[in-house]
Formats: sequence, structure tokens, C-alpha cells
Amino acid sequence: MSDEKTPDELKKDAAQAVKPGEGTTEAQRTTATALEAGSQHLPEGGRTTLDVVAVRQGLFGARDSGDTSGFGGLVSTVALPGPSERPYGGWFDEVVDVLAELLDASGTGFANAVESVVVDRGELTLNVVRDHVVEVCRHLRDDQDLRFELGLGVSGVHYPHDTGRELHAVYHLTSVTHSRRLRLEVAVSEADPHIPSTTGVYPGHDWHERETFDFFGIVFDGHPGLARIEMPDDWPGHPQRKDYPLGGIPVEYKGATVPPADQRRSYS
Amino acid sequence: MSTTRPAPHAPRATSGLVDDETTGIPSFEASGGDWSEIAEEAARLGEERIVVNMGPQHPSTHGVLRLMLEIDGETVTEARAGIGYLHTGIEKNMEFRTWTQGVTFCTRMDYVAPLFQEAAYCLAVEKLLGVTADVPERASVIRVLMMELNRITSHLVCLATGGNELGATTIMTVGFTAREEILKIFELISGLRMNHAYIRPGGVAQDVPAGGVEATREALKNVEHYLRQLEDLMLANPILQLRLKDVGVLNLAGCMALGVTGPMLRSAGLPYDVRKTDPYCGYETYEFDVPTVTSEDAWGRVEVRLEEIYQSIKICRQALDRLEKEPGPVMVADRKIAWPAQLAIGADGMGNSLAHIKEIMGTSMEALIHHFKLVTEGFRVPAGQVWQTVEHPRGELGVHLVSDGGTRPYRAHFRDPSFNNLQATSIVCEGGQVADVVVAVASIDPVLGGVDR
Repeated sequence: MSDEKTPDELKKDAAQAVKPGEGTTEAQRTTATALEAGSQHLPEGGRTTLDVVAVRQGLFGARDSGDTSGFGGLVSTVALPGPSERPYGGWFDEVVDVLAELLDASGTGFANAVESVVVDRGELTLNVVRDHVVEVCRHLRDDQDLRFELGLGVSGVHYPHDTGRELHAVYHLTSVTHSRRLRLEVAVSEADPHIPSTTGVYPGHDWHERETFDFFGIVFDGHPGLARIEMPDDWPGHPQRKDYPLGGIPVEYKGATVPPADQRRSYS
Repeated sequence: MSTTRPAPHAPRATSGLVDDETTGIPSFEASGGDWSEIAEEAARLGEERIVVNMGPQHPSTHGVLRLMLEIDGETVTEARAGIGYLHTGIEKNMEFRTWTQGVTFCTRMDYVAPLFQEAAYCLAVEKLLGVTADVPERASVIRVLMMELNRITSHLVCLATGGNELGATTIMTVGFTAREEILKIFELISGLRMNHAYIRPGGVAQDVPAGGVEATREALKNVEHYLRQLEDLMLANPILQLRLKDVGVLNLAGCMALGVTGPMLRSAGLPYDVRKTDPYCGYETYEFDVPTVTSEDAWGRVEVRLEEIYQSIKICRQALDRLEKEPGPVMVADRKIAWPAQLAIGADGMGNSLAHIKEIMGTSMEALIHHFKLVTEGFRVPAGQVWQTVEHPRGELGVHLVSDGGTRPYRAHFRDPSFNNLQATSIVCEGGQVADVVVAVASIDPVLGGVDR
């Protein structure tokens, strides 16, 4: 807290602080350190930026009444699991090694193509730079030690808090030959939502990419016919984005009114 | 979750497409009855190339599938599938409900095989929570039993409706009669014939009721009886053979390229089955085979499905044996996850058991708070993402779940096998006859509830 404040002002600040959602006062302000301390999956030594997916204030989702719990001023960030260190364990190292070898040999370079490797809950995720996703897919499919020949699809995720990387396309690959599963993740910004299409490598990704375009607005360049697939052709907006409302109307039952699902209290 | 900014424009219904390209082209509307007038008019116009819109409301398109066929005489030169007529935004809705409520939503996706969505979703939630190893053995056995029973009903629907679409009503009635036997079991065990919401994160909603195991054994016996009838009706039927053989051909390379899995892939000779390659729910401890044929056609898919029903019956019997051995819990012991309700059947149907109500309302305030918090708020799931697949009757069903550490899924995506396999519509229909389209699409076995979600 700053020194020039009078005790009265400080008291006022403290009173303000317990009102949730008003983060303008000194007592309320949370430092970056506190944000990190309150986060899940804190990376050791602060090596990398956090993949922040949400910032929460208070507990119990109660924002319309006084702070009876005393937790109203709590601010915490939530981050997805960060990059992993070698050894990744199991066959993960082998796959990453082979892929690195192939990417280095082709002149692309592993470090240029793969941003990070995440191992979480026994699953391997490669965060791939969008320009090289097709090449990575091709190596993963064609090399005899990789053989991820079955592309099971693409799904999108919208992280509005992940500034500059709001839209993620997630590719789920399976190796029938080696009984392995792998996930590729490509992040792009809302301002420039372009990713090269992987339909040239996995023709089965055709409809999946159309679906991801339809719901998230990610444009897959080079797709043979990137039209909406679930929503009508002239539908405005991309429904699965977080800023797109769920919709619904209040329902009256026996005199009481139940608000639509996206306007009910959220405990998250 | 922030949902403040409204969409740029209010959503509205799509009007019919009328522009310069569509005006001036003769079009006909055909429904039931005699089409001789249309045929005469078409002959008068002398145009051989016709674009036929089959569906979205057509009895042989398995729901609201729209097929756009360009035909030259009787030959299909181009086939396109249009979907989206049953899109209800289930995935989006799941982001606004607790993790447990999600089961109620995903069960409604592929309504012919609801228990597979439930199981895949719950396995994914358990993986996110890190409680996969804590799920009681008995719960896994019940899940396997329910899934395999569901596989039988799903394959029966596929065979029955496939026969019906060719005009073989008896195949339909026999198939549905057999399915009815299992639906009764579903009602006995879960309380509902469909949309069960029976498999829950951490286990199942309730144990198999008294007499359930015996009733299931009896039902399986009846199913076998009907199945033999169905086999006699189908496999030795020369008309069916002529209609199905060498129709809807898709080879192994085509299947792999298009990501086609399930009976279609196995009809091309590859014994790929998630139950074997990446077992879940303890499938590695059951004895069963993965049937394959190499004919790559609609006939082969019928053979594969019939054999898979027998294999499922085999698995069901093994599961029933295990259920008979000893009782046990059917939900994880962790009270922070386990659904607090204790269901029981009363005079007015199923509901919370009176003993449980008595405890939370009369004796333990803490138990009441716990019940209330868990039901209204739900449990928190650590941040992260998982991918879980199960062997669905139509192929590999994948669930991609993302948690932001809250009480609701941040994103739930279902990779439905029907959605993916429908991409093969063009390749299995083009170059064939119009009448073969019905056979080819039936052999893909799409369920539009799962396709559109």
C-alpha cells in the first residue's frame, strides 16, 4: 500500500476491497506474483508464460450480495498444464525424437515447428506452429516409426484469456500400427484465425475442419470447400466461442421464474 | 464464464435459396404415390442429368439426412450429404451445466447408442479427475454389461431398418422385437429405455436391482432366438444377397484415409477395435473376438454386425457371471465426487430412498449441506484436457474434454463416428444405381442425433 494515504482512506480501501468485483482500490489490487501463486499448475522457476484460461474472483460465484464469506476479494488464475521436461516417459520420448530428427532433416527445424511438448494425465500434446502443422502431420503419418495413420478429427477450443492465441485447433491422431495416441494443438489469434488445412494428409479431417470453422471461425486455408456444416450457411457468428451467448428464455413454473442456463449463478 | 457480448446479429431462420442460378430451372416435388406425371414431364424436357434431393425428410435416410444426388439415368454420378438438420448445440449446452449433468446431455447425442456417449464422457471426466483407478470393479462390470447390451440393440436397429428400407418388413419386425427384450432390461436397470443418464462420473447411478441378472440372462436367451431367425431371414436370402453384395464398396485404404472406423473398417479386413487396442473398463479381461470380413461391401458389414452381436452376448454373459459373484460399491468412495443420492423404487416410482431423505432432513445437517452443495454446485475438476475413445457400435467415439478447474466443462467435444463415417457417402454411392444409395447409406449406419449433436 502507498504511504501517502491517510488511515481513513486505507479503511475505505479495505471496505471497498471486500466488495467483490471492484478491483480499483489498492487493497484489492493483486500482484502478478499473487496471480501466479494462486494459479494451478505453476511452472517451476517461472520459465514460461502461463497458458491462462480463466481468472476468477471470489468464491461461490456470488457477485450480487455482500461478501459474507470473506473470500470476495480473492483473485485466482487458472492455467492449463505447462510444458514438460524430458524424459517424457514411455514411448513419448521416442516419438518426439523421431519427429525432431525428421523436422531437422527437412530444414524446418524441430524448435521452429514445435513450440512445446506437454505431457499430462498420460497423454502427449505437441503445440505446433501453424505454418508447419501440415509438415508435422505428414511426418507423423508417413514415417515407419511414427505411423499415426488415423486422423480422428479436429476440435476447436476458445480461450478468450489466452491473449493473442485465443483460438486453438486440436488434432487427435492415432497410430493403429503402434497403438499410440497423440494430440497436436495449434493456437491462433482471433484477429488472424488462419491455419493451413490438413485435409491433404488426412482427408477425413474434411468435415471436422468444416465443423471447427463453423463453430469457432478458424479458417483452414487450402480446404477443398470450407462451408458451414452444422449451422445454416447464412448464420451470423460462431456459436461455440465463449462470447457467443447460449440463448434461451426464462421459464415460469408455478409462479417462480427460472432464468436461462447461461444467466444462472455460476459457481466456477 | 463470460457471456456478456451478444452475437453481432440475432440468430434467425434461413430462408429458401432463390437467386439467379436457381431460377428458371425446372423443379419437381415428389412424395408418395404415382410419379408418372413427373416422369412424363422429365421425358418431355429431354434432360438426362437430374439433381435429386433425397431428404432431409425421407424414411430411408435414417432421420434428417439430406442427400443431393446428381443422376444420369439410373446412375449416380455425384452424391453429397447435407447435415445439420438435427443440430441442437448439445456441446455448447454442456458448458453451462455441471460435470454430472453433462451425462444427461451427451446421452441424447446418438440416441440409438446412448450408453456409449455416457461411458466415454464419464471415463474422460474420471481421467481429468485422476480417479480412473478408483472406480469400483463392479461399476466397470455394469458399464461393460450395459454397453454390450446397447451394442446389440444398436446393431439390431441397423439391420432392422436396413432391411425395412429394402422392403423387407419382417427383418424389421424381428429385429425390433429382439431389441425390445433388451430395452426392457435397460428399463429394469436404469429406469429408462433411452436417454438413461445411468453411467455417472465415478461409477453408475445405482446397482443392478434384485433379479436383474436373471432377467438379463433370460433376455439374452430370447435375443439369441430372434437372432437366429434374423440370420435365417438375411444370410440365406438371395434377394438380399443380390441387393447387398458388391454395393457400397470401400476398401481399407479408403477407410483409413477417411478415418472410417467400426464395422465399416472391419468389413475391409482390419481388426481394429478400441476394446482390444486401447482397453477401458477392463475389456482386456473379457474373452471375445473381433470379427472381420474382406468383402469391403454392404453384405460384409451385415455379416460383421451379426457376428458382433454374438460376441457382445458372450461378453454380457461374462459380465453377468462377475456380477453374480459378489456385491460391492458401484460409485467411487470419494464423497467429494460420488453423487449423494441413494435411489430407490417407491410407490410413486423411482426417487431418493426414504432412509436417505430421513438422514439428510432429520438427523444430519452436514449431510444435507453436502448433498445440496454437490447437487447444485457440483465438484471441481483440475484444469487440463483429455481425449478418451471407446468402441461405439458405429466406430471410434472420441471425447475431448477441457477443464478450467471449475465445476463445469470448459469444452466438451464429441467425435461421433457417424459424423465422420458419413463423409464416405460420396465414395460409396457414386457410380452405383439410385436404388443402391439406400443400401450404401444403411451400411454406413448413421444416426443423425450423433452426427449433428
